[in-house]
Amino acid sequence: MPHPIATSAERMTLVEALEVLHAVRRDEVVVTTMGNAREWQKLGKNALDLIYVPSSMGQGTSLALGIALAQPDRKVVVCNGDGSMLMNLGSLVTISAQAPANLTIVVFDNGVYEVTGAQPTAAAPALRPNSAPVDFAALARASGFTRVFAFDSVEPWRNAVAEIVRGPGPTFVQLQVEPMADAGLPAFPGPAPDRALALRAALKPAE
Amino acid sequence: MFTGREILELYREMGVTHVVALPDSTIGPWESTIREAGSPKLVRVCREGEAWAIAGGLYLGGARPVVMIQCTGLFESGDALRNVLFDYRIPLFSLIGYRSYLSQTAIPNDSARTFTEPILKAWGIDYRLIDVPDKKPEIVEHYRRCQSAGRPGCALIAEGKG
Repeated sequence: MPHPIATSAERMTLVEALEVLHAVRRDEVVVTTMGNAREWQKLGKNALDLIYVPSSMGQGTSLALGIALAQPDRKVVVCNGDGSMLMNLGSLVTISAQAPANLTIVVFDNGVYEVTGAQPTAAAPALRPNSAPVDFAALARASGFTRVFAFDSVEPWRNAVAEIVRGPGPTFVQLQVEPMADAGLPAFPGPAPDRALALRAALKPAE
Repeated sequence: MFTGREILELYREMGVTHVVALPDSTIGPWESTIREAGSPKLVRVCREGEAWAIAGGLYLGGARPVVMIQCTGLFESGDALRNVLFDYRIPLFSLIGYRSYLSQTAIPNDSARTFTEPILKAWGIDYRLIDVPDKKPEIVEHYRRCQSAGRPGCALIAEGKG
């Protein structure tokens, strides 16, 4: 059921939002990108994590779609930034056409390119003629998602997250979060080919 | 040069599970046969750059995808294929339509004809030009060679006349 964006006085932080997701994570594949990859790594390692660093910016949703299609019995969560989402908006249409029931997209919307120094995106109020931000949840609905949620404070997100992730997708979640000051790049998570092989092995059915 | 049925049989011989594709006027007519067959599954993308990451994810999940696009889509795919093929070393195979190779009647002096092979070479993608029907078996052979070696490969399908 679609949720309106909460209108709390206090917007959640990226770290708070990720901690909430981390607390309910079971055996889902979790793909993280850019700023959320930086903070997710600090919460611990998991064989079903794909820290998508180095990335082709914007392709996290597409990569996650591929995993979800190949592994229909396993839940896949992709944590995306708003800047990354803007680079691959068409992927929302691609995903809704495939309609993978096991895929959840979480967009952390802070309005800026955080890792490059917090310059505003084209969707942020600072660069909009009417100062009205682009509504990512509405974009998802218009792209064919029927299960869409949006939160800007941590408690409603905490209360809903388990049902959101475990329910039937495809699901889109917009989390409005505060940008982090001087946040910088994600730590190097290790050689990408080794991590790709490790994830592939972790996803291989037992023989 | 090929029918949809021939391409479907080719993919089945290769053991392909998913065809991640965007059509052109040569590739497009193959799709209905593939879609109606149900296997391999056809995954439609909105732009070609998506195709490499989706196929990369499919590979990580244990599937055996191919990317099927026109060479103009290869041009716009640069960063996505760089990341999947070289950062993550995922050995994807692609069928790429070579626009105007056989005839430039429709698009005289087609720049797609000029840049396709240099770009494949620049990316270090091991390709085979399939410019006559008799070369069809080379597609499977090349696919198997590339998969055995764990490297990306491409069958470059000449286009431009019926």
